[in-house]
Amino acid sequence: MEATVTTDSKEKVWSGGGVKPLGASYGKMMMWFFIVSDALTFSGFLVAYGFSRYKFIETWPIADEVFTHFPFLHGVDAPMYYVALMTFILIFSSVTMVLAVDAGHQLKKNKVIWYMLLTIIGGLIFVGSQAWEWKNFISGEYGAVELKSGRILQFVDASTGERVALADFAKEIEEDRTTQQSNQGVWYMSETSLPSYSLEEIKTGFESHENIVVRTEMLNEHGEKTVLSRAESAERLGQATTVVEGANLVRNEYGSRLFADFFFFITGFHGFHVFSGVVINIIIFINIVLGTYERRKSYEMVEKVGLYWHFVDLVWVFVFTFFYLV
Amino acid sequence: MAHAHESNIKRIWVVFGILSVITIVEVILGIIKPESLMVSVLGMKLLNWIFIILTLVKAYYIAWAFMHLEGEKGSFRWSIVLPLLILIPYLAFILLVEGNYIHDIYSEGYISWDF
Repeated sequence: MEATVTTDSKEKVWSGGGVKPLGASYGKMMMWFFIVSDALTFSGFLVAYGFSRYKFIETWPIADEVFTHFPFLHGVDAPMYYVALMTFILIFSSVTMVLAVDAGHQLKKNKVIWYMLLTIIGGLIFVGSQAWEWKNFISGEYGAVELKSGRILQFVDASTGERVALADFAKEIEEDRTTQQSNQGVWYMSETSLPSYSLEEIKTGFESHENIVVRTEMLNEHGEKTVLSRAESAERLGQATTVVEGANLVRNEYGSRLFADFFFFITGFHGFHVFSGVVINIIIFINIVLGTYERRKSYEMVEKVGLYWHFVDLVWVFVFTFFYLV
Repeated sequence: MAHAHESNIKRIWVVFGILSVITIVEVILGIIKPESLMVSVLGMKLLNWIFIILTLVKAYYIAWAFMHLEGEKGSFRWSIVLPLLILIPYLAFILLVEGNYIHDIYSEGYISWDF
């Protein structure tokens, strides 16, 4: 098993001069060193997340309260179950990948084809799940208001302690305010869509619903968000400036602004890795089906993309821990 | 060509079993959050230490078994793992200490963050 890449003519194209430093072929070693540098990039992101979290340790959002959705279970509180399922799907696609590599060592073409196909499907399911997670995160669930300081106030039922959505208590007030479009405004000014309720509607609704109180970002000694009394709530609500629904890069209804930024950036960067991994897997899959590696008598290309795929899984294990568990 | 590779299929499924069990344990701990594990050890909750250790165990199995580092030459293996083992804890140590310091400045200094 000398050459990494040999053509039909049995001509050596490039195997690093035939010398194998550290006992690894050229392609494999370069894949490994790419992985090392990419691992450092991801660790930079995750450590930056840790830095911001330590900085705002008392006010950081609680992941269990943010990621509570499960497909087809509407209104059911299912913290983390879906992410756990996604983790399983990715680990399982890693298993089918390593089985493909194993079958490749034994030059069993059909087995490699099937395992690669399963790997690609697993990857697609994972990327789809991540897109769904993003959709829920962006659209939000309860809504909140932002204060002058940029702090978020969420609403809870004073008697049960359950979260209350803006729609449950805000009072509809007739008004003419509509979203400003660039074709109507002066000098092409426009704005993003207005929230479903104005601040005035929320304040009026708050007055008429005696059991609504607000919850601040501050965590108490039990690790729960602090709930204010009715009088304090009214006072705080007076300082509200903006209605926040869902999340974007500027503000989010879950709390600290950095939380959403890191969520988009880290899971987005990882999701992009999964996506490119799926694309590379598909290219290799086509090559396997065409019999390229059968003629080479070496399935080392499968092994190399396998390394990348496992790395993506490895990164997710860490993202899962630091974003959802810790 | 292609010298005889023995099949590792059994090992692969064993590792998959280990990874699954660890993930299930993590999720269960994450949902029930036992009160007894909430004590602070070295500046962090014991539960969080458990999560991080379990994650490192998972990373070990993925790298060693799936990425087949256990089959590589020792020199190659450590040229990959050592830089990461040195640089990442170093970076984490510096930035987490710094984040903690800034937190203390905010909470003990004359800055109001809640108005």
